[in-house]
Amino acid sequence: MLTDSQIQQLELKANEIRQDIIKMLLAAGSGHSAGPLGMADVFAALYFGGVLNYDAKDPWKEDRDRVILSNGHICPVWYPTLAHAGFFPREELMTLRKLNSRLQGHPHFRELPGVENTGGPLGQGLSQAIGHALAVRMDVAAGELPVGERMPWVYCFMSDAELQEGQNWEGIMFAGKNNLHNLTAVIDRNNIQIDGFTEDVMPIEPLADKFKAFNWSIIEVDGHNVREIVDAFNKAMAIFENPTVIIAHTIPGKGVDFMDWKYEWHGKPPNKDEGEKALAELRTLQGKILSEHQ
Amino acid sequence: MTNFLNPQIFDQDVETKPTRHGYGEGLLELGEKNLNVVVLTGDLAESTRVLEFGKKYPERFFECGVAEQNMTGIAAGLAAAGKIPFISSYAVFSPGRAWDQVRVSVCYSNLNVKIAGAHTGVSVGPDGATHQALEDIAITRVLPNMTVVVPCDAIETKKLTLAAVERPGPVYFRFAREKTPIITTVETPFEMGKAEIFWDSNKESGITNNVAIVACGPLVFQSLVATRELHEEGIGVVVVNNHTVKPMDVGTIMKVARDCGAIVTVEEHQIMGGMGSAVAEVLAQNYPVPVEFVGMPNTFGQSGQPGELLEKYGMSVKAIKEAVKRVMARKNK
Repeated sequence: MLTDSQIQQLELKANEIRQDIIKMLLAAGSGHSAGPLGMADVFAALYFGGVLNYDAKDPWKEDRDRVILSNGHICPVWYPTLAHAGFFPREELMTLRKLNSRLQGHPHFRELPGVENTGGPLGQGLSQAIGHALAVRMDVAAGELPVGERMPWVYCFMSDAELQEGQNWEGIMFAGKNNLHNLTAVIDRNNIQIDGFTEDVMPIEPLADKFKAFNWSIIEVDGHNVREIVDAFNKAMAIFENPTVIIAHTIPGKGVDFMDWKYEWHGKPPNKDEGEKALAELRTLQGKILSEHQ
Repeated sequence: MTNFLNPQIFDQDVETKPTRHGYGEGLLELGEKNLNVVVLTGDLAESTRVLEFGKKYPERFFECGVAEQNMTGIAAGLAAAGKIPFISSYAVFSPGRAWDQVRVSVCYSNLNVKIAGAHTGVSVGPDGATHQALEDIAITRVLPNMTVVVPCDAIETKKLTLAAVERPGPVYFRFAREKTPIITTVETPFEMGKAEIFWDSNKESGITNNVAIVACGPLVFQSLVATRELHEEGIGVVVVNNHTVKPMDVGTIMKVARDCGAIVTVEEHQIMGGMGSAVAEVLAQNYPVPVEFVGMPNTFGQSGQPGELLEKYGMSVKAIKEAVKRVMARKNK
């Protein structure tokens, strides 16, 4: 159970990540705004809420948990999270999308410490996560993997709209058949995609029922309530029967008033004025978090 | 004919075997030797010859169902975690259907995934055009980090399967469906990236070499049969088994181009983008000589018997001989 002070720290971390997202996108002049802002709380909870087993100084240690980002376009939230966790210097964040940068527009396998997969063309991450989960299971069975209290876990971040890609359902079927309990998929249920709202473009509901039918456990959370998110990650780890999907209900653009809920902000960065306005809002929010917990 | 080839190669009753059988045999040997080798299939365990591996090593065998895109992605994840996955399907499905996954999940990450594509060429026969892979070399050789190999018989396929684990990174290799003649022996040298000369008329009987046939896959056999007949007509031919399409053995291609001054490429694949195109790229940059291409002439196949189809689409012994004569005529102009 997280203390109030720990909750405050997570909220502040998410706020710092959001500020970095805006600064990176301003420096890059292109990139996605809404998705990364919406997922800052979930990423902060995973990396700083005592859930993920990682060592930034030994990023590929054998018994690490693996994080796969299927919807690679939200890497502007992953990169600052990794930098804050110590995987690489924060100054490097400003090289996003620039020539010869390790921060590619869509993440590239092991280009950066902590980046476990190439992601971007939607629908490809879950299968890769399944491969990792199988390999972990084989290594544990063969006694090759040093195991502490639990099996190394595989987390796969996905967007809601990317479930329109058929490959996901091949993977969902496979993971369900093989009871891959050390696999947790996290779906960013923010309801938007490039052409509009998911339920208008191509409905994906009833989402939970679909996963249930494929032999998955389902946990739904408020994707901006860090306590709920951390609890969900811990609960997923306690489920031994089958893989778990955490459906995180998020608000796209969360934290910046003029962006939230606007699908127009899916794939574009703020301009200079908008960026300054966004940063000012986030700093106000930071002050609120500090005072609320006092 | 070089002395390391099957001595019975030109006999009426030459031994025949589908190339894919060498894959199954190679995997069984690998399973014992290398605990990191894992095998995946998409509902084609028997046909791609991986069933025996699955029976012997069930903990390292994954049946993925009819879902090649997921199978390819799983292989990428397994490879990222240190395994050496062999994914086994028909080439029209993998790498065909799963090309985006091969490109992004496997090749861009330079992961150690071995892709075995069965049922290539028109000689797949009665199943018809949908199942005759004729584009797989083109779509794989264009991908950075990829190695592309086309074995000529079951023995070479086994050697290739064993060699594939020694070569880090993605490797694609293709098989035929039908039984095809055993061309090589266990002694025949095989090294990925190194083409072998299987016939040299000059060494055979001192006549001048007029043309080099650069072939890959089971059509190496037809190339040798055509060559023996041409040789008897007094035409000197060199036959190169160019099994590795990428990275190509530029040295050997250049050598035979210089020695013969004309080249015929032979493959059971679309002419556009195939092994012959790759040879032409090498020649155009280094030593341009006339080239004739024996392969699928920009059309889809159809149902029929393998022999009939090779005849119809211009990949028979007769077609190879004609191509040799055409290229000689161009050379002398």
